[in-house]
Amino acid sequence: MTTPGSIDWAAVIADPRFQELHRRKTAFLWGLMAFSIIYYFALPIGAAYFQDLFKIQVWGVINVGLLFALSEFVVAWGIAIYYSHVANKEFDRLAGEIAADFVKRTGG
Amino acid sequence: MSTATKTAAGLTGFATLALAALPAQAEVGAAGQYRWVTFTVFAIVILVTMYITYLASKRVKSASDFYTAGGGISGLQNGWAIAGDYLSAASFLGIAGLISLYGYDGFMYSVGWLVAYITVLLLIAEPCRNIGKYTLSDILAYRNDPRKTRIVGALSVITVSTFYLTAQMVGGGVLVKALIGIDYEVSVVAVGVLMLSYVLFGGMVATTWVQIIKAVLLVAASVIIVMLVWTPYGFSLPAFMADVVGDPKVQARVASLLGDPAKTMSAAELGQRFLEPGLYFKAPIDQISLGMALVFGTAGLPHILMRFFTVPTAQAARRSVVWAMAIIGGFYVLTLFLGFGAAKLVGSANIAAVDPGGNMAGPLLAQYIGGGADSFMGNFMLAFVSAVAFATIVAVVAGLVLAAASAMAHDLWVGVVHGGETVPPQQQVRAARIATVLVGAMAITIGILAKGQNVAVLVALAFAVAASANFPCVLLTLYWKRCNTTGIVAGMIIGTTVAVGLTLLSPNLTYPKLVRVASHKVLDGEPAKRVAIAEAIASGDVAKIATAARDTVALDKAVKKANDDMKKVAGQETSFMGLEKPLLELKNPGIFSIPLGFLAVILGSLLGRDKRAEDMWDEVYARQNTGILASKASSH
Repeated sequence: MTTPGSIDWAAVIADPRFQELHRRKTAFLWGLMAFSIIYYFALPIGAAYFQDLFKIQVWGVINVGLLFALSEFVVAWGIAIYYSHVANKEFDRLAGEIAADFVKRTGG
Repeated sequence: MSTATKTAAGLTGFATLALAALPAQAEVGAAGQYRWVTFTVFAIVILVTMYITYLASKRVKSASDFYTAGGGISGLQNGWAIAGDYLSAASFLGIAGLISLYGYDGFMYSVGWLVAYITVLLLIAEPCRNIGKYTLSDILAYRNDPRKTRIVGALSVITVSTFYLTAQMVGGGVLVKALIGIDYEVSVVAVGVLMLSYVLFGGMVATTWVQIIKAVLLVAASVIIVMLVWTPYGFSLPAFMADVVGDPKVQARVASLLGDPAKTMSAAELGQRFLEPGLYFKAPIDQISLGMALVFGTAGLPHILMRFFTVPTAQAARRSVVWAMAIIGGFYVLTLFLGFGAAKLVGSANIAAVDPGGNMAGPLLAQYIGGGADSFMGNFMLAFVSAVAFATIVAVVAGLVLAAASAMAHDLWVGVVHGGETVPPQQQVRAARIATVLVGAMAITIGILAKGQNVAVLVALAFAVAASANFPCVLLTLYWKRCNTTGIVAGMIIGTTVAVGLTLLSPNLTYPKLVRVASHKVLDGEPAKRVAIAEAIASGDVAKIATAARDTVALDKAVKKANDDMKKVAGQETSFMGLEKPLLELKNPGIFSIPLGFLAVILGSLLGRDKRAEDMWDEVYARQNTGILASKASSH
């Protein structure tokens, strides 16, 4: 049975495929995270300091502020779907290859 | 409850507190001849969940079954269960209530609760699934000193769970009393015993299904009500909103919130103001601080983290967060209609009259939509929503008890007392069950002892500690090579201490002197108001007399409350901390305590060296990213 001790973890880390996975994931995840935090905090900041903008009516009585708050939901869902799409397609493939390779190597 | 506390509670934005702090609340429960409807609906919900617990109990054989349902929950199921675990009465009833009373700000408040899951999805869920087993401390103990990190981790988990649990028990007791009219103590014991029977016999399997059922019922109830509210407008958002802002009840509410400035505004302007920010949130820094606690705290809530160990793979963990975000976000979009619909149909003033925190907006709207207080359907809808609220409390409490019990039994008893050596499965399950009974008994006892107390502060505290201690520790041990035992211990201790300390100095506590000043203001103003009301009645104008009647009711309430508040703080001069007034005006400590928590982990890690933590980095980082050995995580 494969145990944590029987796998050469340093070799996994050093594997070029792992390095590629690490590079792609780091840039992608933290970039997406930063974007979502900025977008989220724009709502309370806008509500506090840009009230004149938030009050502009654009769709009947519905104003910029209400549409912006609704857009937070759409953006959050968009991020979730986009992330899943990339992770399902790219990250899982790389991770799966590495895992299969190293587990096989140790005879697990 | 004092005026000062109430203001603080309201402003904190954590609506639970308002929910938990309503000693003299009117009952909205079904009228006498319809009570059987309420009891029938409750009985069905309880019987169904009990039957599931019975089925689940046969499947609980190992510790893994008990804590994580053997890792056999699917992504979709887990998504619903996360929603059921997360949507507490505060978000279910509280946010609809805030919208119905304050319009735009209430809706804005709901956004943070969803955005929180982006942090969970991108940074926490999958790595935790890949390297964790049953608890948050498993992740900390992986590369750090298992003994030390399990102790601090378990203490933090128990602290967060107890804060949250107490708020839920007290809030739940008040809510059940208001909805079905049974005594507070009986409600607390009923919630406690029911929750205990699910967790004790059915472990995570039963808890998961109770949470799924609750989430489905909650969404179903909301969809039905929103359909009924929205259909007359042909599902047009602008038409619906135009009708809301054009409603005299809504305009009157805005006028009463704004006070003097409202006198120069037209009715249309007043109505439109309901859709603009600033009626509820006054201090931007508080709001940002609250947002930080939500967005980072959710990823550190032990009962939410624990849900990711119930699925077999990182992919399933990812899927479950995406589903949870769809359900939770969809629910908050529905609350937009529930809240604005209640403001228009029931009327903000009527909602506030039943409960100043607005928690009864949803149930009252359900009753109205069904045909009103005297109709069968009105009572049926009310009973249905009440049963959902009850299921909500039980499901959230069950998740919290399981998290606290796993920290006690798995981290402290198996991990620390037995030093991680192999403990036979039957003994592990027995330890878990004993811990469950202990936590459950504690929850019931604290719930009864805390009757009528200001527990609002506890929900704020739970999120603040989760964001300031748990989150930095988990994040840095997963993503920072230099992170080590010293950093984790420092982060847990400093994050928790700062979050709790700042909250104790904040306006969330009761300040007797401020309460007296506020109450005196109400009582001193009473005679003048009585004169005005008498004049209005004497005028003979029908409209004025009607307004005067409403004003009399409101004034009587305010006076009674002021007198009650004065009695409550009689003989007291200072808050629990010995302060006459808050040392800080900040209601949520997040903006200070979260960066300090991170700083503590970083400085601690740089100051102390830990060879094991550094040697294990490759293994932790490789495993969390590739999922190697993860499928065995639930059995190793």
